[in-house]
Amino acid sequence: MEEIKVQQHTPRKYMNPYLAGVLLGLVILFSFYLTREGLGASGAFKRGVAKVEQIIIPAHVNSEKSAFYHYVKNGEDPLKNRLVYMIIGVFIGGFLSGAINHRLKLKLEHSPKITSKTRAIAAVIGGAIFGIGSAFGRGCTSGAGLDGMAVLATSGFVVVGMIFGVGYLVAWFFRKLWI
Amino acid sequence: MGPLFNASDEWSFVIALVIGIAFGYLLESAGFSSSRKLAGVFYGYDFVVLQVFFTAAITAAIGLLFFEYFGWIDLSDIWVNRFYTGSAILGGALMGIGFVIGGFCPGTSACASAIGKIDAMLFLGGFIIGVILFDAFYPLYAGFYKAGNQGPVKIYESLGMDREVFLLLFVIVAIASFVATGYIQQKISHKSKKY
Repeated sequence: MEEIKVQQHTPRKYMNPYLAGVLLGLVILFSFYLTREGLGASGAFKRGVAKVEQIIIPAHVNSEKSAFYHYVKNGEDPLKNRLVYMIIGVFIGGFLSGAINHRLKLKLEHSPKITSKTRAIAAVIGGAIFGIGSAFGRGCTSGAGLDGMAVLATSGFVVVGMIFGVGYLVAWFFRKLWI
Repeated sequence: MGPLFNASDEWSFVIALVIGIAFGYLLESAGFSSSRKLAGVFYGYDFVVLQVFFTAAITAAIGLLFFEYFGWIDLSDIWVNRFYTGSAILGGALMGIGFVIGGFCPGTSACASAIGKIDAMLFLGGFIIGVILFDAFYPLYAGFYKAGNQGPVKIYESLGMDREVFLLLFVIVAIASFVATGYIQQKISHKSKKY
């Protein structure tokens, strides 16, 4: 009896990365086949920011001064977009996999060599830099990188090359955060 | 012939939700909900990011080519991101730095937040701050952001290669990287960690 209990609470092993890769590739393929566009994650958050700006600072977002002017032009609702539905799906799908594989747990994950506080600060700063980067890059790892490589776009290969190239260049300086 | 729907059709919203669920499910199942696992790619103790990422890219790229051969899809009607030279290079560089410091990217942080990872929620909060900052100071670099527009150019055109030849080379490089990273990961396995 006890053994069964332990098994129920042990997180299951992760999927084989190549199997996950092939399945993810098929998801991208069908996304293009069905809707002409691929995956995307950052777009929904940019649109969310544009939506809030539309409500609280409409004069800003409805002018050329805003990077999100094209989301709200002609009084359009920035949230009426497929990427918003997609990110809702990502949350649902992630939660389902976590529930099925016994990985649902409120937890701040960090290397044992750093404190929770250090990890928290690094996560916010890293997120902010990533946010600025994905705005300049016109998409993130999924929308610019993965989709871009799938359709053999130059932009996709350049963005992915820079993410990993610069990542390796600076990894040494931030090694204490991870190893 | 595909694509069957336009991205702005309401049907596309329903399809996007289903695709998003599959996307999030696969990311979490592959272990992308753990920042320590993701960051492993930069320190040689876990290459799952690279393995999943490049397998997905070559699967989708080969699939799109076959769909075209079978006459199922019109590739000229598919969305291709425009290439703005300077902005893409700077954006990629910043994303690389953000990834190493923050340990996530937007999609992975969303799926990790969904299973309760607090560091992922903080990353997402930071990400939104970054997006707001970009918009707040946009006039300062709007010129740079829009400069060097080369249109929706393809990598094989940029390199002056045949599409099929490029794709074959891409597959070979990807497989070589799988073999190499498998070897490196084994070498560093004494540092193997639990997440």
